[in-house]
Amino acid sequence: MTEAEIIKTVNSFLVEEFEVDENKIKPGSNLRDTLELDSLDYVDLVVVIESNFGFKVKGEDFTTIHTFQDFYNYCYAKVKEKEIA
Amino acid sequence: MNRVVITGIGTWSCLGKTLDEVKNSLFTGKSGIILDQSRKEMGYRSGLTGYVERPQLKGLLDRRQRAGMAEPAEYAYMATIEALKVAGIEQDFIDQNEVGIIYGNDSVAGATIEANDIVRAKKDTTLLGSGPIFQTMNCTATMNLSTIFKLKGINYTLGAACASGSHSIGMGYLMIKWGLQQQVICGGTQETNNYTFGAFDGLSAFSVRENEPAKASRPFDKGRDGLIPSGGAATVILESLESAQKRGANILAEVIGYGFSSNGDHISNSSVDGQTRSLSMAIREANIDAKEVDYINAHATSTPGGDKVEAQALSHIFGEYKTPVSSTKSMTGHECWMAGASEIVYSTLMMQNDFIAPNINFETPDEDSEKLNIIAETKEAKLNTILSNSFGFGGTNSTLIIKKFA
Repeated sequence: MTEAEIIKTVNSFLVEEFEVDENKIKPGSNLRDTLELDSLDYVDLVVVIESNFGFKVKGEDFTTIHTFQDFYNYCYAKVKEKEIA
Repeated sequence: MNRVVITGIGTWSCLGKTLDEVKNSLFTGKSGIILDQSRKEMGYRSGLTGYVERPQLKGLLDRRQRAGMAEPAEYAYMATIEALKVAGIEQDFIDQNEVGIIYGNDSVAGATIEANDIVRAKKDTTLLGSGPIFQTMNCTATMNLSTIFKLKGINYTLGAACASGSHSIGMGYLMIKWGLQQQVICGGTQETNNYTFGAFDGLSAFSVRENEPAKASRPFDKGRDGLIPSGGAATVILESLESAQKRGANILAEVIGYGFSSNGDHISNSSVDGQTRSLSMAIREANIDAKEVDYINAHATSTPGGDKVEAQALSHIFGEYKTPVSSTKSMTGHECWMAGASEIVYSTLMMQNDFIAPNINFETPDEDSEKLNIIAETKEAKLNTILSNSFGFGGTNSTLIIKKFA
């Protein structure tokens, strides 16, 4: 997957599953605040990532993800890691 | 002690999704039963079921609110928003009062099986997401509704098999009567998915009159061959008279009696003694004479054994008065955990609109039902006092009596 495809997929499932207004998704915006994520929502985020990209996020990984761009980068790196493996 | 009144009713059932639709179905004797081929393919002996549409909650509730709701909670939500609207209770009032909820439910088989299917496939519980824990508990309806409506009063689910809905109203009634609560959302909900009724079907308890779905549920009729499972939800808003009058609420009826008993006997067989004790207690507690009851909404589910026992119990108490009797399950099928609450909703609609809903498909009485005054065709009647029976596995019996408010 290209980085553009990752971004498109992420935005698509965030709009669909988390019902966020697509216009609010900006690379520099804070992921948690924009999506209004609580602790339960992170559990659901793990599920949608697994079903879309086939890898499972470790809970501690979320501590390094602040912005949407961080999230895209994280997903891209994990997908590449999986493709190489 | 407080007088307890009904100020709101709502339902989501195979007879309709609004009170108006349900009233029309009851008046015209319309059946809500269909043959569901998918049940046959799954191995059910009978594919008959009440057809209940799954509510679409997207747009009504946000993602977090919906995530933990299983089918029983969805039905209960739809019934409850209608009941609160009828009662004229808005969120502001709920925020400023300790409104409670006691709701009948006794299964969440669908959500439980679906969640475990995911675990079996993924071999990882963390891939279930956050929803299933709140979906798979029996209290899914009260858990979700109390959160959505931000309720601050009593909050629990009542499980008593097919008497769950009736007992929930009974317990809400007692809470208010004794001054512990001023407003309680009561009701019952019943899932209808294909995972729910397999074990019940396995007892050969369901009708197999599959070529005539609308004629399959025939309580008290000699040709009955079993019940038809059904579901949905029904909500009854109970309130102290003082609270209702203070709000200027439209009072739909008064709950005047709640009787209960346990058979102390077989796990699935009905008992004349147990039912008679429940009926007698309700009448005694309502402080009325049996002859004052204008209409009996029977539990009768269309099973050969169950209807026979109820006919005997009713005959024992009401035989000499020829009190009109009908079972609305002839149209709805057996709404199980929901039934006791929905039948109070149906009875209240009859009381408000001056008619007795028919016991459709009652064509030939048997030796027990011939002693009852069973109403087979819609009858116009002024109903002042109505008695509603609900009985469940384990020998749990519940009887409610409601009266036109004066």
